[in-house]
Amino acid sequence: MAKPRVKVPRTASKDEVITIKTLISHKMESGQRKDRKTGKKIPRKIINKFTVTFNGVQVFATEIQPGVSANPFLQFNIKVPESGEFEFIWVDDDGSIYKTKKSIKVTG
Amino acid sequence: MELTKRELLLLGSGAIATMAVGLPTASAFAASAEVEKQIAAFAGGAKIGSGKVSLTAPEIAENGNTVPISVDVESPMTKADYVKSVMLLATGNPAPGVATFHFSPMSGQASATTRIRLAKTQEVIAVAKMSNGSVFMDKKVVKVTIGGCGG
Repeated sequence: MAKPRVKVPRTASKDEVITIKTLISHKMESGQRKDRKTGKKIPRKIINKFTVTFNGVQVFATEIQPGVSANPFLQFNIKVPESGEFEFIWVDDDGSIYKTKKSIKVTG
Repeated sequence: MELTKRELLLLGSGAIATMAVGLPTASAFAASAEVEKQIAAFAGGAKIGSGKVSLTAPEIAENGNTVPISVDVESPMTKADYVKSVMLLATGNPAPGVATFHFSPMSGQASATTRIRLAKTQEVIAVAKMSNGSVFMDKKVVKVTIGGCGG
């Protein structure tokens, strides 16, 4: 089962560029592997999209293809103008959606 | 037939020479039609420049299943001038597409890190598209000891 993990600093100063790290446990079946017994290709099942919103506005996104490793890790930056809430959304090939939220307090 | 020591040595050096010829050189990583097609589609007709983008990858990856790759693009990241997206391609994988990052002026800094799969020693490409439509590219060769596409 896909379990998301996100690291966001708790506080930041106004307009500071923060670093966010995300990881979700997922097999990321590439669709290239063959089943050893049957010789048939194992169907593709990966996380194909990742989006980040801050106070409801999309600030970062990634389209993911099978070339990304299992348990996809992403690190990126965001410039935070105000306190608010990040929402992280991962979309699976099978239509499942995994979400998590993190808030940040901006001072000064 | 018995081989003399001299003949054996000759045979050996011949084999080494053939291997050396067979080794891939940088120019041998000619982009496949699929890779070129994806770059052209991403660039949308813009001329591809060099500079601005820097791709950070290990020279040698022991495990092709998870190779750390970072991409940084020089940009002021303001509403008027920012990096829209960066596409990563692994030219030697069965499917070259890896990921496309979409930045916004709120990114503050156009950089991203992820971990990718590399099936064999190959060239990794990062192509960046700016908000004004200009396109820049960087390439790195990564040597892979153990391939990462299963099978």
